[in-house]
Amino acid sequence: MIEGISIYEILSLSSVLFFIGIYGFFTRENLIMVLMSIELILNAAAINFVIINTYLYPDFLQGAIFSIFIIALAAAETALAIAIIINLYKLVSSVEVKDTEIMKY
Amino acid sequence: MRFELGLLLLFLTLLVFEIFTNKKQKGNVISFAILLFTIHTAIGFIPLADGDLFGGMFKTNTLLFYFKNVLNVGVLIVLLQSADWLKEKIVEQNKATEFILLLLSSLLGMYFMISAGDFLMFYLGLELATLPVAALVAYETSKRISAEAGVKYILSSALASGTALFGISFLYATAGSLYFDVIATTLTVSNLSILGFILFFSGLAFKISLAPFHFWTADVYEGAPINVASYLSVISKGAAVVILVILLFTVLKPLLPFWSKIIYIVAIATMTIGNLFALRQQNMKRFLAFSSVAQAGFILLGMLSVDELGLTTVLFFVTVYIFSNLGAFGVVQAISEVSGKENIDDYEGLYRTNPKLSLLLMLALFSLAGIPPLAGFFGKFFLYAAAASKGYYVLVFIGVVNATISLYYYLLVIRAMFLRKNQDAIPYFNSKLFMKLGLILAAIGILVAGMYSPLYEYVYTISTNFLN
Repeated sequence: MIEGISIYEILSLSSVLFFIGIYGFFTRENLIMVLMSIELILNAAAINFVIINTYLYPDFLQGAIFSIFIIALAAAETALAIAIIINLYKLVSSVEVKDTEIMKY
Repeated sequence: MRFELGLLLLFLTLLVFEIFTNKKQKGNVISFAILLFTIHTAIGFIPLADGDLFGGMFKTNTLLFYFKNVLNVGVLIVLLQSADWLKEKIVEQNKATEFILLLLSSLLGMYFMISAGDFLMFYLGLELATLPVAALVAYETSKRISAEAGVKYILSSALASGTALFGISFLYATAGSLYFDVIATTLTVSNLSILGFILFFSGLAFKISLAPFHFWTADVYEGAPINVASYLSVISKGAAVVILVILLFTVLKPLLPFWSKIIYIVAIATMTIGNLFALRQQNMKRFLAFSSVAQAGFILLGMLSVDELGLTTVLFFVTVYIFSNLGAFGVVQAISEVSGKENIDDYEGLYRTNPKLSLLLMLALFSLAGIPPLAGFFGKFFLYAAAASKGYYVLVFIGVVNATISLYYYLLVIRAMFLRKNQDAIPYFNSKLFMKLGLILAAIGILVAGMYSPLYEYVYTISTNFLN
């Protein structure tokens, strides 16, 4: 619990982070930037879990533990995504979305 | 827990075996892996007692055992169908065993996902099921299209799991716990829980490729190696459907008046969009991708009837769908391996040169379309019956219209194979042993699930036990 800051302010922060992430995912042209947007979304979720745990249900540490797992899995996800992107870069020498896409409807 | 421990043991054995084989004998590792996995599948049929583990985080019951067995058989067929491809193309790049290991670790993730007793275990299982598949999609590292499909899959699946997590955090806020048993009793209808449900549902809908979240499907299926595409469309989707139906029927049941509307709209959108896009596809992989989107829409019909009937029909349809789709993908793969051809036009005159393969493809496509004596017909019929029993007549009507449209495009392929004549049709070829076994198993599955009615009754009994 943080003195002087209510749960509404922190939940607003995490929601803003979430929607910045969603907006970035759909508008960024660079694959690395898209990946960073996904990190924002995951971090917003992690903040939510910790805050809901400390403010609303402080008896058990379920939310805090969940956020630790989120951080670990986000790292795994990023590592794999970077590996695939590097492989794509070796083949097309670009990480811009418009250069990498050949399959369309 | 026997399934998970057995699979883990198999995984470690393969890892050790891989280290101690020299380069020339890597091909044998594949045969050995298939042998071990067959034993694992056979052991799975021995009955087990129900129970909880880890303070209720991990649950097992007869329904889950049944579905894990179905997943096992499906993965066995995928392994058999990919064995020859691995031996011919991948062994020389010295990464064949890794393919099997990634496949098995993804299967392990699905075991944990469907057995989950709280959201943490569910999330871990979901990620363990998704990440290895992303690596598999990008497995042909020298192919540009495979890398592109891999990027698309990993990015959109990461977005989906992020969205689902954000939704879970809201469900946690309203229900006060992450355990399914507690949530089922404390969850109430409020704006926050509805928002949480929508976000969570959209995350899972991505895995099942329901209508507004299906955009990745066709591209990923086209770029991925065919056996990975068949794994994605069958095993991955089947497991996600089962955990979705279990969650909707037990944990999220307090939100029933709300989620039934969402399912209603999404079902119509998914069936229609999947069918309309499937009409204009030329590539067989893209065609099967959109057909699998449409099939996912049909599955949603069964979820609208929240009782034993609904659960039974969904489980039965998923079982049938797994075998039918594996048959179709298997034939596409067998042909692509020999000739490299994947377009519907290339299949013209196939019946005259390869009658057995075209008969099997016909069987699989008829089963997907729902032609009477085959399994797919009963699956669809029961889904309609489940939706109609709750009074969703308009939805059933739309479903029937969509089934008719789908019959048209399935028949396009069959017409190309049987009625068209072609001077340079794909010449006769003999599939290798493993591929043959895989195709025969899929064919047996299609016929048995359709003709052998005790299967449906068995699924009905375990669903009744599960819900009470």
